[in-house]
Amino acid sequence: MSPVPLPNTCETIPPIGGGASPSSTWKNAAIGLAFVAFLIWSYRGAGIDLAQLFSADSFGQILIYIKKLLPPDLSPNVLREAMKGSIETFAISFMGTLLAVAIALSVVFFASRNLIFSGLLYEMEPKQGWRRKARIVPYLAAKSLLNILRTVPEMVWALIFVFLVGLGPFPGVLALGVHTGGVLGKLFGEVLENVDSQPIEALQATGANRLQILFYGIAPQVLPQFISYTLYRWEVNIRMAAVLGMVGAGGLGQRIHIAISLFFEQQLLTLIIAIYILVTIVDYISAYLRRKVS
Amino acid sequence: MPQPRFRVKPPSPSLTRHSVKAYFPYLFAGLFVLVFFDSWKRAEIAPELFFSDRGRASLWKFLTGMFPPEVSWNFLSLMLQPALETIQISIWGTAIAVVIGFPLGLLGTHTLVVGGILNDAELQGAPLRRGLRQGIYLLARSLLSLFRSIPEFVWAFMFVRAVGLGPFPGVLAIGVAYGGMLGKVYSEIFESVNSRPLEALQATGANKLQVFFYGWLPQALPNFVSYTLYRWECAVRASAILGLVGAGGLGQQIEISMRMFNFNEVLTILIMLFLMVAAVDYLSAKVRAML
Repeated sequence: MSPVPLPNTCETIPPIGGGASPSSTWKNAAIGLAFVAFLIWSYRGAGIDLAQLFSADSFGQILIYIKKLLPPDLSPNVLREAMKGSIETFAISFMGTLLAVAIALSVVFFASRNLIFSGLLYEMEPKQGWRRKARIVPYLAAKSLLNILRTVPEMVWALIFVFLVGLGPFPGVLALGVHTGGVLGKLFGEVLENVDSQPIEALQATGANRLQILFYGIAPQVLPQFISYTLYRWEVNIRMAAVLGMVGAGGLGQRIHIAISLFFEQQLLTLIIAIYILVTIVDYISAYLRRKVS
Repeated sequence: MPQPRFRVKPPSPSLTRHSVKAYFPYLFAGLFVLVFFDSWKRAEIAPELFFSDRGRASLWKFLTGMFPPEVSWNFLSLMLQPALETIQISIWGTAIAVVIGFPLGLLGTHTLVVGGILNDAELQGAPLRRGLRQGIYLLARSLLSLFRSIPEFVWAFMFVRAVGLGPFPGVLAIGVAYGGMLGKVYSEIFESVNSRPLEALQATGANKLQVFFYGWLPQALPNFVSYTLYRWECAVRASAILGLVGAGGLGQQIEISMRMFNFNEVLTILIMLFLMVAAVDYLSAKVRAML
């Protein structure tokens, strides 16, 4: 099986597409003009001071800040704290991703139309009548639930869960799980709606019922993709878990928040290095497992 | 000598020899269970919190507090400014990202700086210049990697400390973090251009600058614009959230409403956010289709 293409999201870099066809000059000019107008409008609104940004003064300040960051604080105390934070961040991302899979799997079968009301599985009962309507209702409910989970960003979920269950890593797990559950639900749904129909037909011809078709015809086809998508989302989640702490949800983020607030710049650098190492390790593990699966 | 009628395949080695590979699934499962229980403890998972009196009370407070969403004209007009600010932050953040990413992406393109047909003739037998070019290339690459490996939230928080609260730190955070990503993609686009036109140009005696402008840029430009627009969509989402650490826009309003337990306002802002992101995606897709 060829490696599964990853979905295009803000966290990944999509493949570079083929060149576009040449377009007319006036169209390009119009787009360019609109763009410049946009820029000017934004310049006023966003309170930007480019002159100040590119002044010698600000470069001096940046240099001073960099000097404050160096060298990273490698005293045993700080290292222990960074280690603890890294492990906690790992735990948050791990449990969050598992929760997401649980949410996605429990919803997705209602959210893919070929499993719930149309297509091969249902062509034997052409006049479904009210039963078809009864099947569309859970479909729509599941779809909109996934949409809501996905639309609210992780950070906002984290704020909400911090309110609900208090500070600590647990709200981070819930935030990652709920948001990623929505994302994975959508991705899994797309996989389910694109399964190869021939094994299903063959199973149907042998008289298998729908549950049997699901387990023997559909599950073996979609499982590698499911695992691959889950691993990919785990890579995203480890990055997110590292910063969720900024709103009180544990892990490295909480320690970064403290270090920045108290002007412990050298500790901050240590923690940033910890993020870098942790993310690299998880990327490596995930890539290894993905190779195993495909 | 007569051939044997049936050829017996030797048993596969994995059946006879128990290699480490055969144990992999068990090893993996054991490790997984171990990590699971350890993580459960470390992440302080406590579902019972939702069923405790306090948990139920705050859940109830949250759910009932959300409805109906705050739609008074007063509040909506108050939120219009931060919503626009979010878009403005994303636009200037992306613009700065291009300003950072483009030159670094150029310098981080191997075929442009060190190798390839543009440089082969020039750098042959000049190890010192080659080394210098290699140094520039590596420096650009590592700067880009540094910019994008620090999460934008951390950048935002650091810039809030440096230049104060408001939209400006958000612009800088998106500019730096996305500059790192754009630079990497730009250099990939540059390296993937078709080299035939470049060779043809060189054969006519065009200098490096001419080769770049007439051979390289026309091929790369559509991909450039399209990818930058795509990144802008992401920047809108990011700038809406960066406010949670004090960097302006709608995020800051979410934080304020959340802290004051005005959940109906939170719901309204989330709906606004949803509409805004959908509108930007639509607009960007339209423009990309036109390119």
